[in-house]
Amino acid sequence: MNNIFVICEMDEGKVADVSLELLTKGRSLANTLKCQLEAVVLGHKLTGIEKEIFPYGADVVHIGDDACLAPYTTLPHAAVINGLFKVEKPQIGLLGATTMGRDLGPRVSSALYSGLTADCTSLEIGDHEDKKAKKIYKDLLYQIRPAFGGNIVATIINPDCRPQMATVREGVMKKEIFSANHKGQLKKIDVSQFVKPEHLVVKVLERHMEKSRVNIKNSSIIVSGGYGMGSKENFQVLYELAEVLGAEVGASRAAVDAGYADHDRQVGQTGITVRPKLYIACGISGQIQHTAGMEESAMVIAINNDPMAPINKIADYVITGDVMETIPKLIKFYKKNSK
Amino acid sequence: MGLKIIVLAKQVPDTRNVGKDAMKADGTVNRAALAAIFNPEDLNALEQALRLKEKYKGTTVTLLTMGPGRAADIIREGLFRGADDGYLLSDRAFAGSDTLATSYALSCAIKKIKDFDLIIAGRQAIDGDTAQVGPQVAEKLNLPQVTYVEDVIKAEKGKITLKRRLERGVETVEAPLPSVITVNSSAPSCRPRAAKLLMKFKHARTMSERQSQAEDYIDMSADRPYLNIQEWSVNDVETDAQWLGLTGSPTKVKTIENVVFQAKESKVLTASDKEIDELIKELMLNHTIG
Repeated sequence: MNNIFVICEMDEGKVADVSLELLTKGRSLANTLKCQLEAVVLGHKLTGIEKEIFPYGADVVHIGDDACLAPYTTLPHAAVINGLFKVEKPQIGLLGATTMGRDLGPRVSSALYSGLTADCTSLEIGDHEDKKAKKIYKDLLYQIRPAFGGNIVATIINPDCRPQMATVREGVMKKEIFSANHKGQLKKIDVSQFVKPEHLVVKVLERHMEKSRVNIKNSSIIVSGGYGMGSKENFQVLYELAEVLGAEVGASRAAVDAGYADHDRQVGQTGITVRPKLYIACGISGQIQHTAGMEESAMVIAINNDPMAPINKIADYVITGDVMETIPKLIKFYKKNSK
Repeated sequence: MGLKIIVLAKQVPDTRNVGKDAMKADGTVNRAALAAIFNPEDLNALEQALRLKEKYKGTTVTLLTMGPGRAADIIREGLFRGADDGYLLSDRAFAGSDTLATSYALSCAIKKIKDFDLIIAGRQAIDGDTAQVGPQVAEKLNLPQVTYVEDVIKAEKGKITLKRRLERGVETVEAPLPSVITVNSSAPSCRPRAAKLLMKFKHARTMSERQSQAEDYIDMSADRPYLNIQEWSVNDVETDAQWLGLTGSPTKVKTIENVVFQAKESKVLTASDKEIDELIKELMLNHTIG
């Protein structure tokens, strides 16, 4: 009772990375709170899936294995989670901020009347004093996220409602094996107890998955462009630099919104979080929305014509100059020096 | 057969174009410095509704927004682009609502509108990026939901077929009507205002706006009822106060911090040939690149 629950997601027959990252975070929160970490996996043909989860420190794995739970649709998943949560009364419920987690999370939070914070970049445990009500709340989940287009950082709490729910993007938390030999308890969910015919009204007629074309997350060098690149055509020079460096091209949200790059290249709070060896930020001003997703890069080079751009403060090298002039030079001198 | 569509729309501060004066010295947001705009993905949602209106004769598009009095702009903007009518839900009782309290208030207003086949909302609003209100409204109304919609393929015989955009792929799903769907920015952009509609609805006003007009304003809404934008206060809608506003919001903002970067010691370079050449050499030497 009152444990931490991570709702795991399946990705091509395996537990998704984002769920394993949340289990690692959940484990450390559970240690702080001295409670247990429990995982929930819903899907079909999940035999043995608990073996992927236990090494990340789960004390209990709940498995709901039924044909009605794959492919994912909202209502049967929500019905199972709502039912399980009503019995188990978790204090914290975590989901990946994926298309699934962001579809399921709000549905569950609405049904259970619990607070949900989207796209958290940090989760901590702390106390809260409500001065008006003269009440002290112990050990709340601090759900920390940039807000207002990334201009502020807000700490959100749910003082009275449980579970305290949060979604987190892939790559934000670090995935770490807790113990390769760790074993917990396996609990089978009786899916038919929760899923009724009225939950099966939405049908997936066709599903076409592509292998991700872009592999920003695992790239050791990222050349990223912002709104300051000026146009989609100018972005071409970033692909050229990436090509010679063996890098991937990333983009800020402003650049994606402006149509300079596709969404799967977006780095930042609402995109991908990256930790490359080298991050070259070109024409990126450095709103927290963006820096939240790249500030752990080992080295940052910022190229910007604004010497006051916030990105410069977290950069190891600041090149003050025009991107369309500077980037071709980087290509030119790299070619020259690598001969 | 025509559909009755409700489009949920929100007026948001334009957080994408934040100027230097957007933050006050104390670290709070200076809302006055930010333009109020039609939330971008709600425009994608409106476009899907307008396309259905073109495709299925007799379809009506009704806008619903919650916000302060000036959010009537959202209704007018929708009328200029082809919506048939709209409701503004506005009351201090709704102030301080988080996504759940917002969803509750909207679902109460939708129950009052009562007659509908489809609810379309933008996936998320740019001031919060939560993507929660659509699914939460669906849950409050006990309706199925389909999120991340990129295209409404058809809506016939009590069923709707939709294309969804997932992280790495697309999905075609079928849902019964009525349902709630949320639309992505990858869906087609909204059509511009139509000159004819702009002329027709230019003077559309809520009751409160009409009362605060200048003396020379001529109220024509008696003869032209389409110029009357419905405005509902908390008393016009059946609600339970415990689920409204701050009280009805399980999430609370504990602290807000202005963003302060820990300044790193950085090397500042110009873009001269010499300095770029040296930088590349340095990076190759320490094996960062090459």
